[in-house]
Amino acid sequence: MGFLKKIFRRTAAVQELPSGSLTVDRNGNTITSTISSAYPSSLLKEIARDVLKLFQEARDAQMPLAEISLHFASLRVTARELRGGAIIFLFPQTAMLQIPG
Amino acid sequence: MENQPKILVLDDEADWLEMCRQVLTQLPSQPEIRTAQTGANAVAQMDAEPFRLLICDLKMPRIDGLQVLAIVRRRFPDLRTVVLTGLEDEEFRSRAYALGVDLFWLKSDMQQNMKMFLDCLESLLGRDLADGFRGIQNKSLMDIIQMECLSRNSTLLRLTRGPLVAKIWIQDGELIDAEVQGAHGEAAFRKILFWKSGTFENLPAEPHHPRAIEKSVNALLLESAQSIDELDTQQTEIIEKTAHRKTVWRISLVAREGAEFVVAVPPEGEPEAWGTQLAEPQAKWTRSALETARRLSERLEAGPISHIAGSNAERNVLALPRENKLFLVGWTPDKAADGQLLEKTKKLVASWDS
Repeated sequence: MGFLKKIFRRTAAVQELPSGSLTVDRNGNTITSTISSAYPSSLLKEIARDVLKLFQEARDAQMPLAEISLHFASLRVTARELRGGAIIFLFPQTAMLQIPG
Repeated sequence: MENQPKILVLDDEADWLEMCRQVLTQLPSQPEIRTAQTGANAVAQMDAEPFRLLICDLKMPRIDGLQVLAIVRRRFPDLRTVVLTGLEDEEFRSRAYALGVDLFWLKSDMQQNMKMFLDCLESLLGRDLADGFRGIQNKSLMDIIQMECLSRNSTLLRLTRGPLVAKIWIQDGELIDAEVQGAHGEAAFRKILFWKSGTFENLPAEPHHPRAIEKSVNALLLESAQSIDELDTQQTEIIEKTAHRKTVWRISLVAREGAEFVVAVPPEGEPEAWGTQLAEPQAKWTRSALETARRLSERLEAGPISHIAGSNAERNVLALPRENKLFLVGWTPDKAADGQLLEKTKKLVASWDS
């Protein structure tokens, strides 16, 4: 029956969720990463940039934060500020793999 | 003694309250002294019975003095207010006066000039509660507008009465526009003239504001004076009563759940806030953070944002969208120990508009 798969195989329409951690400098450049190299680096850069922006805006609001977690329906992004940069953890929240709280 | 004035003293230090009680009993008018150690309790007492004077500390946990004064300004516009604080920062003084307080005293000054302090309080107690706008005692709004126009002033008068805010633009002594409750021009001006009390402040003139009123101010004042007794102000009173009930409900909700502060951010306009003096910047952060998260969720295909949690050594915050508002709720770290922060926040937010 494997031949049917060969005929109907298509590129997945849904993007895989990133899993792992990365550290970024104050400009959002990745320093270290354990995330699959198949995951688009442009998206990782976007995550880093947004996270650093949230830390900066929290400081501007006189509400400095050491840690920020963005809870999406299927992904949790937790970032801890590190000397201007940040360490960012990405946890997919799937039915198979759910990281508590 | 029916005419015995009542004074409410709000301070988080029990010893200080007791000292105040003893001092205030020396006042010639022999007022009845009540005390409260929290803002929520003070508001509850003011809600239960009328007071002539509130003496309020500024630095208090949970709901601080400025927050209480903001509530008082909205809900008890006739109540005389005195700030008695240990904070010597001039910024607090100007912020307190901006909230319409009648007197600002430092605790150290009060102890050194006890007689003068008591004289000031007695004077405040002696003032009758006639109609008038705070800032210029016993002057009607008509008087204030006439004074501005006769002086050929250019200013923007911002008037508040309970939850209502009105604006009157005066340019070179001429009335050019007014705005209240969605009304503009002459219609708004006539509405505003029904206000018999409230607070007002002079804001910088807006010389480029378009002219919407062509009639002379005297003609408008005359017309309004003729009809002022005929029209019904019932609608305004209903709004004030509703806002009053809502305020009481929200204060008790915040106190019951143990939140440090709550900022409710509407899609447009000013945020509603309890327990924080940083409502504007916090609302701005909440808007920006949830918008950033929304954009990121689209790019990552990670599903809608549920909430954003933030923390530092002093507090935890949770930002989340709810119906047509965004909420930012602050909690002290001890409240996070049970791991139920999200549930507590959701519960508080769900009850907010009940």
